[in-house]
Amino acid sequence: MSEAATPSRKEFVSDQDVRWCPGCGDYSILSNVQKVMPELGVPRENVVFVSGIGCSSRFPYYMNTYGFHTIHGRAPAFATGIKVARPELSVWVVTGDGDGLSIGGNHLLHTIRRNVDLQILLFNNRVYGLTKGQYSPTSRVGMRTKSSPQGAIDHPVDPIAFALGAGATFVARSIDVDATHLQEVLHRAHAHKGTAFVEILQNCPVYNDDEWVEVEDRKTRAEAALVLQDGEPLVFGPKGARRGIRIVDGVPSVVPLADDADPRAAGVAVHREGHQSPAYAFALASLTRPAFPLPIGVFRAVEKPTYEALLQAQVDDAIRTRGPGDLGALLHSGDTWTVEG
Amino acid sequence: MVPFPRAGRPRPFPPTQGGIRSSHGRGPLRGPNTSGDDVPSPAKKVEELQRVAIRFAGDSGDGIQLTGTKFTEATALFGNDLSTFPDYPAEIRAPAGSLAGVSGFQLHFAAEDIRTPADQPDVLVALNPAALRANVEDVRPGGMVILNSDAFAAKNLERAGYTEDPLPALRRRFRVIEVPLTALNREAVKDLRLGTREADRSKNFFALGLMYWLYGRPMEPTVRWLESKFEGDVLEANLRVLKAGWHFGETTEAFPVSYVVPRAKIEPGSYRNITGNTALAWGIVAAGRRLGQPVFLGAYPITPASDVLHELARYRHFGVKTFQAEDEIAAVSAAIGAAFAGQLALCTTSGPGFVLKQEAIGLAVMAELPIVIVDIQRAGPSTGMPTKAEQADLLLALHGRNSESPVAVLAPATPGDCFDVMFEAFDLAVKYMTPVVVLSDAYLANSSEPWRIPDAALLPERPVRHHTNSEGFRPYQRDPDTLARPWAVPGTPGLEHRIGGLEKEDGSGNVSYLPQNHARMVALRAEKIARMAREIPPAEPRGADRGRLLVVGWGGTHGAITEAVDAARADGLDVASLHLRHLNPFPANLEDVLRRFDRILVPELNGGQLCWLLRARFLLPAESLAKVAGQPFHISEIRARIDALLGEEA
Repeated sequence: MSEAATPSRKEFVSDQDVRWCPGCGDYSILSNVQKVMPELGVPRENVVFVSGIGCSSRFPYYMNTYGFHTIHGRAPAFATGIKVARPELSVWVVTGDGDGLSIGGNHLLHTIRRNVDLQILLFNNRVYGLTKGQYSPTSRVGMRTKSSPQGAIDHPVDPIAFALGAGATFVARSIDVDATHLQEVLHRAHAHKGTAFVEILQNCPVYNDDEWVEVEDRKTRAEAALVLQDGEPLVFGPKGARRGIRIVDGVPSVVPLADDADPRAAGVAVHREGHQSPAYAFALASLTRPAFPLPIGVFRAVEKPTYEALLQAQVDDAIRTRGPGDLGALLHSGDTWTVEG
Repeated sequence: MVPFPRAGRPRPFPPTQGGIRSSHGRGPLRGPNTSGDDVPSPAKKVEELQRVAIRFAGDSGDGIQLTGTKFTEATALFGNDLSTFPDYPAEIRAPAGSLAGVSGFQLHFAAEDIRTPADQPDVLVALNPAALRANVEDVRPGGMVILNSDAFAAKNLERAGYTEDPLPALRRRFRVIEVPLTALNREAVKDLRLGTREADRSKNFFALGLMYWLYGRPMEPTVRWLESKFEGDVLEANLRVLKAGWHFGETTEAFPVSYVVPRAKIEPGSYRNITGNTALAWGIVAAGRRLGQPVFLGAYPITPASDVLHELARYRHFGVKTFQAEDEIAAVSAAIGAAFAGQLALCTTSGPGFVLKQEAIGLAVMAELPIVIVDIQRAGPSTGMPTKAEQADLLLALHGRNSESPVAVLAPATPGDCFDVMFEAFDLAVKYMTPVVVLSDAYLANSSEPWRIPDAALLPERPVRHHTNSEGFRPYQRDPDTLARPWAVPGTPGLEHRIGGLEKEDGSGNVSYLPQNHARMVALRAEKIARMAREIPPAEPRGADRGRLLVVGWGGTHGAITEAVDAARADGLDVASLHLRHLNPFPANLEDVLRRFDRILVPELNGGQLCWLLRARFLLPAESLAKVAGQPFHISEIRARIDALLGEEA
């Protein structure tokens, strides 16, 4: 492991030219993933990136690991097969709002509920990029695109609420261009045993530019983003305009805070990732712009047995109690008879 | 154990009987009432028959499939050759007494070699009027119809759609035997603590006991099964009615004779009865063992394939991992993921599910990964008739994906062949790094036959080795012989690579849009499949190498075609048969064989798909005998066409 002792980002960069549009948020995400990879202590040969179809799904070609660019929406299912076959592998799914929540919504739901130990990175740019700009399942109502010239009339799905509804044990949100925050979330996602679902807010400069500009731009981030930190009160806003989030009966509201006020005393909720009930995390997921700041960070992190470990345990248990399968005994089990010559 | 009835008559069991031993080491199997030498002289005459076909029929909740299965086991242990055909509705419990809810089980057993469940049953056991109405027209003219006369109240006749009592007319055509089954059954269990509904549930075993008497079957296997399955009053009830049925046969004047079907002359060896689906599941376990890699099954429940999932889920101790996916697409996707990770991956499904998997199978073609997809075909289109047999997915298997997407296609011929075909499918898949489709069908899946158990130690063994050498590794470098790319699996240092659905540059595996490269890759993928023809057995017609007529079939029609052609040959007709186990590629000599015959007839349970292929491939005037009724061929249907074709020319 002398190589792993001095890992570098370069080792995780493949020889393929990256072909996203100039200014795409995917560049930043790729760079941060490549930066984090050597820090995880996983041998490169044990890392697998799996994707579906869409701009984000070209990701595996650019990682110098094992990679599988599969079919539209099904990446979580392919990843499940890989992880179940070889639990020792570190398996990452890269998907988008169309791939993961539209055509692949079913697989995302079931993979999360099974708690397969995968990292699922959903790049949310709220538009179909590769097919040139149709509205996606996360697009805002009224969004005008080629396929919705009078404005989209679909009610959007929120990726965080979707994951929580599926019973996710780890749910986080980060931002394409916030390297520090994104790297920290990636580390947390990798450390989590079970499905780690990470929504990454990602800019599409061609078809939906500046969709997340309020939280991407450092000048407005303090106002627009609520940075979640375990054990800390839900406080946001620049100096002189501090505010907190109070949650009463599951309904959040904004309370103004003097700069020197104790948020706890003002009834501001304290962030806890480990609530067994997802109700608190759902309340956080309901915080949307412009009425509320957009929460960034880990919404939920709880422990639950993983699918592949439970399945492997059944295999091990069966071998322990029944002995390793004996083919001859199987073929002769039940009623048989012998015809003698 | 409750003693068997003693007061019987000696059964003239075949002299060869001593040659059969049960697996339980209890010595030669005997009829239940022949266990002593002190039995009274025969009360009734016993006639010897060469072949008998019985059909049990009743409501889908009457336990007809169980009754048929138990009769089959007893018959198998007795030593007859046999063939069964369970035919049941998709509805789990259709309205009682309705035609829609009729479940049937046909069993053909013989003192000679047989290959089909028989065209016409000699005996129909009908537990209600609906079962009678749905089945009686199939019975051989002059055959026997045994009825539960208690079930023939006006109300039940009406439910079955009879406007008048059908029995007077039927008595003129068949030997109708009316047995007050419900009353006799209730009487047998009246002092047990069972409600009427519970008591009535055992009447199928009364019928079974009666049939055991009529055909001199051993009751021991059924008794043993009951004892392992039930206890208390329920066990007692079933044992009693089984015996009561036997006694009834012996005492009633309705049956002046009973029958014996001597055991068949069978090749020495250990045997068991096996259904196609069980054989398939065991073939998968065996393939895992002999190829030396863990098995991964991705499956979504679907009739008639679910039984394979159920069976394999029991074999975790063989290292088999079964994954019940959220849908058909996830099932195949997970399996392809497991194949990428180096395991023996497969899916089991049926038509509608097979359609959903096609896009992912195309990815496996492109990524050149080994995976086996088993399609247990059923009648369609759409949901169709989920429990009924058809062979209409052949062209779907060959051409059902976008673009040029070749896969190998194999089809087992018999229930027992479902075991062997799975090893071959996996062997080809990993050797050529390609998807392989296995086409079974609802008939093969559920029907059964005696199966000579192979010696596990003598099964072919070909340990799979993944690629490990990183020197000069390229993901799409090709084996010069098979054209397969290396199976390099995650976890192997130095072989990190990316694959996917975008066209690949040959060798490097990098994404490529170059026209010449695409043309080359299309040709390579086709050539890999074509090269398999070098190792599959040549086509060998049965009966004659050349002549006036060749009857070509594939899949589960093997039995009916073989019997029809053998019988025609015995009658002096110039006809031979050819069974195709390999549908893609075809055997290398197929065209030569076909051209040695004046005419070619292709019976299929579809609109003529293989016929279409043969015509397209070889420009030969093959003629189709198409049957798309959800039912297997009758031997007579094939024979009639043979006679007609040869008659035309005579």
